[in-house]
Amino acid sequence: MRLTGAEITIQCLQEEGVEYVFGYPGGAVLHIYDALFNQDKVKHILVRHEQAALHAADAYARATGRPGVALVTSGPGVTNAVTGIATAYMDSIPMVVITGQVPTPAIGLDAFQEVDTVGITRPCVKHNFLVKQVDELAATIKKAFYVAASGRPGPVLVDIPKDVSQHLAEFSYPKTVSLRSYAPVNKGHSGQIKKAVQMLLEARRPMIYTGGGVILGDAAPALTRLVKSLGFPCTNTLMGLGGYPGTDPQFVGMLGMHGTYEANLAMQHCDVLLAVGARFDDRVIGNPQHFYSEERRIIHVDIDPSSISKRVRVDVPIVGNINDVLDEMQKLIDASAARPDAAALKDWWKQIGEWRTRDCLRYDRTSAIIKPQSVVEKLYEVTGGDAIITSDVGQHQMWAAQYYKFDKPRRWLNSGGLGTMGFGLPAAMGAQLAHPDATVACVTGEASIQMCIQELSTCKQYHLPVKIINLNNRYLGMVRQWQQILHGNRYSESYMDALPDFVKLAESYGHVGVRVEQPADVEPALREAFALKDRVVFMDFITDQTENVFPMVKAGQGLTEMLLGAEDL
Amino acid sequence: MEANRPMRHILSLLLENEAGALSRVAGLFSARGYNIESLTVAPTEDPTLSRMTVVTSGSEEVIEQITKQLNKLIDVVKVFDLQEGRHIERELMLVKVRAEGKDREELKRTADIFRGRIVDVTDRTYTIELTGPRDKLDAFLEAIDRGLILETVRTGASGIGRGEWILRV
Ligand SMILES: Cc1cc2nc3c(=O)[nH]c(=O)nc-3n(C[C@H](O)[C@H](O)[C@H](O)COP(=O)(O)OP(=O)(O)OC[C@H]3O[C@@H](n4cnc5c(N)ncnc54)[C@H](O)[C@@H]3O)c2cc1C
Ligand SMILES: Cc1ncc(C[n+]2csc(CCOP(=O)(O)OP(=O)(O)O)c2C)c(N)n1
Ligand SMILES: [Mg+2]
Repeated sequence: MRLTGAEITIQCLQEEGVEYVFGYPGGAVLHIYDALFNQDKVKHILVRHEQAALHAADAYARATGRPGVALVTSGPGVTNAVTGIATAYMDSIPMVVITGQVPTPAIGLDAFQEVDTVGITRPCVKHNFLVKQVDELAATIKKAFYVAASGRPGPVLVDIPKDVSQHLAEFSYPKTVSLRSYAPVNKGHSGQIKKAVQMLLEARRPMIYTGGGVILGDAAPALTRLVKSLGFPCTNTLMGLGGYPGTDPQFVGMLGMHGTYEANLAMQHCDVLLAVGARFDDRVIGNPQHFYSEERRIIHVDIDPSSISKRVRVDVPIVGNINDVLDEMQKLIDASAARPDAAALKDWWKQIGEWRTRDCLRYDRTSAIIKPQSVVEKLYEVTGGDAIITSDVGQHQMWAAQYYKFDKPRRWLNSGGLGTMGFGLPAAMGAQLAHPDATVACVTGEASIQMCIQELSTCKQYHLPVKIINLNNRYLGMVRQWQQILHGNRYSESYMDALPDFVKLAESYGHVGVRVEQPADVEPALREAFALKDRVVFMDFITDQTENVFPMVKAGQGLTEMLLGAEDL
Repeated sequence: MEANRPMRHILSLLLENEAGALSRVAGLFSARGYNIESLTVAPTEDPTLSRMTVVTSGSEEVIEQITKQLNKLIDVVKVFDLQEGRHIERELMLVKVRAEGKDREELKRTADIFRGRIVDVTDRTYTIELTGPRDKLDAFLEAIDRGLILETVRTGASGIGRGEWILRV
């Protein structure tokens, strides 16, 4: 069967079982849009800005585990998409990005809407391709999906010149791919795993620290089984929340810059640390020299060798897929007669219990002004802890992470690595499309939401009834917090003046808007909003402007050097 | 502490002979702030593969990260640190020198001592070809009168393991 490159592209997406393509048309992709028009298997979601297409596709992937797909035109379509590509790259999200390019004879001539897409995106994709011949197209798209979703996932970009999308070729979709230069390792080294298990069973102050890899690798059940069978404390990174049940007593909360007191102290003082799918980020470990000041043995499980011993030296590196490695560990533990020293473990839990009594997430519950933390707590109650929560970047993001207890994976979708304001709303759209029956809420701030606010229009068009929880503090709150703590209260350009009336704004897009100003109204307003199952509700919570996120480890400081509240300032 | 001292390493790579592969490697070094002393690349007897030699320096930890990051590039098929075994390092240099009067004889003699060859001659210049490890080429440039050097072109190092050891797919 001879098809045009454009038809081949769409056929490939169908073969891959792609449900949705998030995109925006333009000259270089007109043939591809024409091919989309002639079929109805792959549905296209027309966003209002290419950045949003990428975030929505990315969130679709975060919510399902299947690669998200985005389609944009050359030139400005691509440059608008770059933020979204980099966001996905930093958080290792599987995605296939199809971009139009000027016709091959025009490449390099500064043609209309030409940019060097492969060059611009090279540092923020797992891999990219420029397809020069139509007969390479199907195999290239096959490779793109394979590379994006295997090993450490990531975005892969396929740049298709306009003439390639027009030319004809025989179509057959390859059944398999193999790349001689790319073969992710799944099974861990058995000798290393044995060593690790022995170390774990000898531990007196053990700690299990897990990250985004547990979510990406669908390993929450295996992790939970392991942690339960060992009886050890477990902490998650911002990206790993939901990888271990947030309401379980063995969970000590998130760790890191805004982690709990108990998680950070247990991390610092443990004698054996098992790190699983987490990459010792600078917002997690703080100053590595301070971290080294105490001796501990570290086991690190990661599918990407370059994540291991990058920022922190480890003793037992295990390269492999989490499910494979944890299964093997579990078998060894189950078969072993040895058990962790019960008395030592009891003492360790006692110590953790004492740290817990610091109640580091306490805040003023009697305040006459709405406390942002209380909104998240009420949101948790009203949604029964069972919503998909997306967020933007700032204080509200940290409060969402701290106060919404995620019991399941793929319920917490946020930009951790790049920290991209504007992620939240488009991400909510992607999540809602992925799970039409789920409750989806976007916890955002008045600054972040305005970075992709135009997507309220997309929500209208596709009937995506997401709920927007705007924690409106009239400040670039996280910036203001740093300025208060690190720059002598000089609030340079962190005040948001001339804010829109969000209620009217929501209404003008055809949605429901609500402003909430009294603490007593928070819960009823949330209940009402979530009862409106088929509407977008924009909830503008006027919150305490002076509230800060605690605990806080200042950049460059040690993990245990935490500010716990206003009294520490 | 030993491990933290920056050392010179010669990395040998096999990579897909594809447009863009070179810029992926070069981009990786600049994006992550790794040193490049030299980089050479050319296709191998198998036209689908290129062989690259990168001379870099860094602590053991940095070299380990460089190797891992290179391996992560989809176009990179194999990476080997030649420093780990016995190896041969060679570089080609072409030097154009002003060769007039008594300097002509002197330059020829020095070139001979370094096993260089004069490959082009005019009334006023010699072009000398020299191969060897970096130090030898440096030593030659030191040995002749600086003021006579008109132009130098160096390829950067190529490396290969000694004995029967080979790097292949
Ligand atoms: C305002 C702000 C504040 C922040 N504060 C904090 C904070 O207090 N605490 C915190 O934790 N983070 C915080 N972050 C996030 C931080 O920047 C990092 O994004 C995050 O810590 C990284 O999480 P991770 O280590 O789980 O790695 P991820 O980026 O999720 O990486 C996942 C790792 O798992 C590996 N992996 C993937 N799949 C598999 C598999 N199948 N098998 C094995 N391994 C696999 C990958 O190779 C990678 O190494 C903050 C971000 C922002 C924007
Ligand atoms: C695109 C982008 N620009 C700038 C920043 C830096 N930044 C981080 S948090 C923040 C303020 C966010 O304000 P808001 O959305 O109101 O959230 P708040 O912190 O007040 O809860 C800024 C500007 C960023 N993360 N992303
Ligand atoms: Mg704000």
